[in-house]
Amino acid sequence: MSKTSSGTLYRGHEGMWSWVGHRVTGVVIFLYLLVHVLDTALVRVDANAYNAVISTYQTPWMALGETGLVAAILFHAFNGLRLILVDFWKQGTKYQRQMLWGVMILWVVVFAGFAIRHLSLAFGGH
Amino acid sequence: MSTELPEPPSKIELKAGVGGGGEIPTFNITLRVRRYLPETTAEAYWEDFKLTMYGTDRVLDALHKVKWDHDGSLSFRRSCAHGICGSDAMRINGRNRLACKTLLKDLDTSKPITVEAIKGLPLEKDLIVDMEPFFQSYREIMPFLISKGHEPTKERYQSVEDRERFDDTTKCILCAACTSSCPVFWTDGQYFGPAAIVNAHRFIFDSRDDAGDMRLEILNDKEGVWRCRTTFNCTEACPRGIQVTKAIAEVKQAILSRTV
Repeated sequence: MSKTSSGTLYRGHEGMWSWVGHRVTGVVIFLYLLVHVLDTALVRVDANAYNAVISTYQTPWMALGETGLVAAILFHAFNGLRLILVDFWKQGTKYQRQMLWGVMILWVVVFAGFAIRHLSLAFGGH
Repeated sequence: MSTELPEPPSKIELKAGVGGGGEIPTFNITLRVRRYLPETTAEAYWEDFKLTMYGTDRVLDALHKVKWDHDGSLSFRRSCAHGICGSDAMRINGRNRLACKTLLKDLDTSKPITVEAIKGLPLEKDLIVDMEPFFQSYREIMPFLISKGHEPTKERYQSVEDRERFDDTTKCILCAACTSSCPVFWTDGQYFGPAAIVNAHRFIFDSRDDAGDMRLEILNDKEGVWRCRTTFNCTEACPRGIQVTKAIAEVKQAILSRTV
């Protein structure tokens, strides 16, 4: 990155980066749902086309994509609960940083559990 | 004609080199300023100034040194220079600070210290932005006491507890460090911004004021408190230590419960 662009970036703390993460994961989830609604709607149009599209979900690339999707959903879900607490719990603004660490720990634990099971099923042979 | 008496020698023995201004440590810094001169260039650019500063100097002193000794065209706002008037909010090393409250020795002087104008307001020249949109939002929340009924002939009494309720938000100096640190405000100029909400909070929770509901109605808007995404940049930027995000959250809760 050039000096110009790095200099004009605002150096926020955890709160700002968690907001960036929340936005990015939100857009990712939205795009996935958009595609998913469309491919599911295919069943009304043509059953064969639907089967063809859904079978691509079995490919290893899709397994990796799904892992990423679950990572995004988990962060968005846990951080969303944190944001509700920030807004409506009296001590929420005081402990927002600690709550973010809680979100990250919960995220790592749940995601590791999912990733181990999902990827071993996807790549562990039939 | 009286003869001039020589000044009696000091009774206090001072060691050589103590007592003067000379022993304050000096160090060299590079001040990297984001320049914007609309008369000559269309684009903003970085300019480095190598300066020798004292351990007691602030970023504002470095800017003064540049303006007074190196380049008189450097433009920035400052008035009191002591953290009260709120004129010299700027982005120092990427974060909003008051130049007059930021000591150089607290920054990493081995690297260039970057100084830029605050974000999200129209840039006019160098470190000067047009503050009008900021003050427009401030005026809209009616930042003055509104009371119904007869004017009291004496002062308006208030209990210590009632005064304490909004004490934090009375500290605002309208420097715009919070509003211009807000990612929502950078992209959505219609958003009231943290400073306007802080100053609304100051009257909403004031027991002497009778227009709290009116202010809550103004802020219960698409561009009001609900635009806040709790990034905490404002709380971190406030040079007065106001818990800005907390104040905004309290206004959100007050709108939902209308307990004021």
